[in-house]
Amino acid sequence: MDKSWSVSDRLTLRLEVEEFYANYIACLDEERFEQWPEFFTDDCFYQIIPRLNFERGLPMATWRSEGRGYLLDRITAIRKTSVYGPRYMRRIVSAVRLIEQSAEGFDARANYAAFETLPDEFTRVFSVGQSHDAFTRIDGALKLRRRVCVFDSELVPNSLVYPL
Amino acid sequence: MSSESASTPNWPEWPREGLSRIPYWVYSDAALYAREQERIFAGQSWNYVALEGEIPNAGDWRRTWVGDRSVIVVRDAKNEIHVLENRCAHRGVQFCQTHLGHGTEFMCPYHQWTYNLEGSLVGVPFRRGIQKKGGMPAEFDMKQHGLRKLSVARRHGVIFASFAQDMPDLGDYLTPPILELFDRVFDGRKLKVLGYSRQQTPANWKLMFENIKDPYHASLLHVFLLSFGLNRADAPNRIVIDPTGRHAAGMSWRAEQKRTEDNKEMRSLIEGLKLQGDSMLQPMREYERYTICLMTIWPNMIVQQQSNTLAIRQLVTRGPQAFELAWTFFGYESDDAEMDLRRLRQANLMGPAGFVSIDDSEVLGFTQQGVARAPEAAGVVEMDGHGWAEEADHAITESELRAFYQAYRAIMDI
Repeated sequence: MDKSWSVSDRLTLRLEVEEFYANYIACLDEERFEQWPEFFTDDCFYQIIPRLNFERGLPMATWRSEGRGYLLDRITAIRKTSVYGPRYMRRIVSAVRLIEQSAEGFDARANYAAFETLPDEFTRVFSVGQSHDAFTRIDGALKLRRRVCVFDSELVPNSLVYPL
Repeated sequence: MSSESASTPNWPEWPREGLSRIPYWVYSDAALYAREQERIFAGQSWNYVALEGEIPNAGDWRRTWVGDRSVIVVRDAKNEIHVLENRCAHRGVQFCQTHLGHGTEFMCPYHQWTYNLEGSLVGVPFRRGIQKKGGMPAEFDMKQHGLRKLSVARRHGVIFASFAQDMPDLGDYLTPPILELFDRVFDGRKLKVLGYSRQQTPANWKLMFENIKDPYHASLLHVFLLSFGLNRADAPNRIVIDPTGRHAAGMSWRAEQKRTEDNKEMRSLIEGLKLQGDSMLQPMREYERYTICLMTIWPNMIVQQQSNTLAIRQLVTRGPQAFELAWTFFGYESDDAEMDLRRLRQANLMGPAGFVSIDDSEVLGFTQQGVARAPEAAGVVEMDGHGWAEEADHAITESELRAFYQAYRAIMDI
């Protein structure tokens, strides 16, 4: 199949993907974590991995979720089991690029930044990186089959509690 | 900090209660931190630096840390491993800036002084000057200006280094009970690095060591651990402390996921908690005895075997108020794909996003916030008495902390 798009298809899809990201980060920024899994397929793969591991082909991730169940467990941790201080997280997604189409959907990449605000502190850059996303369409709606956030930051500023 | 302030400490006396108090000035005093660097990390200690499998070939090197000093672990052409301070002998430049690499020599970018893989100085540009002008004095002896070399010890693929030249044998340093547990995980099988994770926690480095040496907290703070019965005080527990008090290990067995008379004080236990992604926790028995073994090896190494997650946490000091925790997750070369996957999935419990570890890094930050503002106050560590023994068969104890501070005070002379 043709892996690229016509100009008009690409522009339309790009707008749709940008809107998807805007909704995705609004869901997280507003801490509506219970809705977060709805952006994914049931058999999704989601991970947050340091760039050092990613570029060397080392499989260990900082956060590894295989399927919706893993996402739900993370929500349970955020809501019930993890002990952590209050924080705001604000995410920015930019430089969205459509990479190529495949039989299952299409791949996209984007830069992301996440800013964290802790009590009594100035807001700090928490994580900066690139997302490698694979989208598919279910009943007309875009869903993430795969989302891999590769972060540049060599040191995680203490704890990664909320998703990116 | 100037050497003057380091040599004229002004910290108060240790509280008269002795080992059952930890004065809060130990977590924030800059002069004390300088003495720790000198006497502990640069002193008579075997510091964990790397795994042999990270530098398998001649010329491979890894940049790492001893205390807050950068060092390079390198394998030479004769298969010898050297640990060199990452500081040019000329003007002090930290010349190596990448984590992992390969080469035949090290060259400082500033004036291109060059060292071989053993750390000896082999090249000084314009040493003889240009047209007989300038250059080094005739008596300049290259042999006197190599990189600072550390002592090296290796055991079953694990590399340790020391700034001290007269170090005891590693086995004697670890002592027999700790060596036995070390060999349980590092049993001679070739290790396979699965990846790295690095985080910085806003707390004094000792608080991290204390956290691992504190089995009392595990059944209270870690809702995830205790609800799933992974590490709980009402399950069998064993504590081993080496005779010097420096190293320790805590072992336990998995408990049942239910309420009993013994766990009624664990307020945060959630009965019937179930994982939706149940493939995350399907451990396979790998070792004889214990499902968890956590070791603290003085002064910078934590060895963790939690079901099938194997990790080394290397403590890197970042001033009195912060430490870096550099995690190296590993398995064995002989692991099959299924075991690899099991280790990767279970690692969700650990690291900066760990279902369990988040609790610790957060609480250590809160602790630092409290203690740094009250250096005159002291922590109370009286669980299970005022002293310590080399063995305990329960987790309701703070004996490892008392042992740690007994060793610490002797080495620090405070």
